[in-house]
Amino acid sequence: MKHDIDRLVTAALSGVESSLSRLLTIVENDDKDVAEILKTISPNLGKAYCIGITGSPGTGKSTLIDKLVATIRSKGLTVGVICIDPSSPVTGGAVLGDRIRMEQHYSDDGVFIRSMASRGNYGGISKAVGASVALLDAFGKDVVIVETVGIGQEGIDITKLVHVTVFVMAPGGGDSVQFMKAGILEVSDIIVVNKADLGADGLVAEIEGIVAFGTTKSTQPVVQTQALNDVGIEELYGVLEKQRNDYLLGDTQKRSEFMAEHRKKKD
Amino acid sequence: MAIRILIAKPGLDGHDRGAIALAMGLRDQGMEVIYTGLRQTVENIVRTCIQEDVDVLGLSLLSGGHNHYFPKILNLLKENGMDRVLVIAGGIIPEEDGKNLKKMGIKEIFGPGTQISEISNFIRENVGGQGT
Repeated sequence: MKHDIDRLVTAALSGVESSLSRLLTIVENDDKDVAEILKTISPNLGKAYCIGITGSPGTGKSTLIDKLVATIRSKGLTVGVICIDPSSPVTGGAVLGDRIRMEQHYSDDGVFIRSMASRGNYGGISKAVGASVALLDAFGKDVVIVETVGIGQEGIDITKLVHVTVFVMAPGGGDSVQFMKAGILEVSDIIVVNKADLGADGLVAEIEGIVAFGTTKSTQPVVQTQALNDVGIEELYGVLEKQRNDYLLGDTQKRSEFMAEHRKKKD
Repeated sequence: MAIRILIAKPGLDGHDRGAIALAMGLRDQGMEVIYTGLRQTVENIVRTCIQEDVDVLGLSLLSGGHNHYFPKILNLLKENGMDRVLVIAGGIIPEEDGKNLKKMGIKEIFGPGTQISEISNFIRENVGGQGT
């Protein structure tokens, strides 16, 4: 197997997409070779900016990613996307249907999209996501986006695997008590109110009014978008860029603090 | 290990009841089904096969365009070293055409009225090429 992995890694590094795909399958199947793969790619790790997109089903995560990918590509950066949908607790089967929203990128060599089933994990992601993000990073994607299973409150696993977590909401989801609750809203870095054309000003005011009281981390920016109409995406990208600069490209003190925090989260 | 399958509809054909029924049926058979919806190009279907590293490609076509699309898809899969993918098809495909398509590399063709279990059994018996 060692020989095969070396061969696949070499091919993937030279740009053979099917070899990267095969490596993702190996890590997804929880093969005993995961450690070997991670060791082999370790010199190439740490370059990508990793973004988690989470939120309830139907809030527009996939469509938002579709538009965000277009914006990121327009800046000349390459993107890897991992989309997770739930596995059936009854049969283990799954319908993986996030990719369908991202059709405009299928023929773009700078975009790699992979769908994954949660395979028995209930934290919003699958066990293979960490290694999969590492693979997309190692194989030169400037930005790696992970879309979680549709979740709303407790699925915080994603925050441990990415640099920044975006929590996506849509109007009509409840009153301010919802935003007082602990969980994903508390630990996300950016809040997006998508489908803002349905009337988001009241919701945004309520969220901003409540999250400001939280003391576990700094108050998140709230961004309004209409993914379907391509409204607010540049603004969201701007906020993502700012967080990237603050955390990753800012002064070394800040960076080392961030990485220490990131490592701590991973433990 | 879950079998990964792409259900794809090439070309201008809006009939997706069969594709949806099959996607749901194979989900309930424990398979991971990637569904990309209507009106896919040959290139998009093959690129999805590559990125998703599928074991099976299920092509659904009721428009009569099978002789045009299926050989192109088979060729492009081969060009990309993906000829290990088990390709099956369904829809309205006349028997004579089906014979030719099977010679070209479509492993089986399932017409209207086929039971889901017949398809899932065929997949389980014929899926292969799992090695790296």
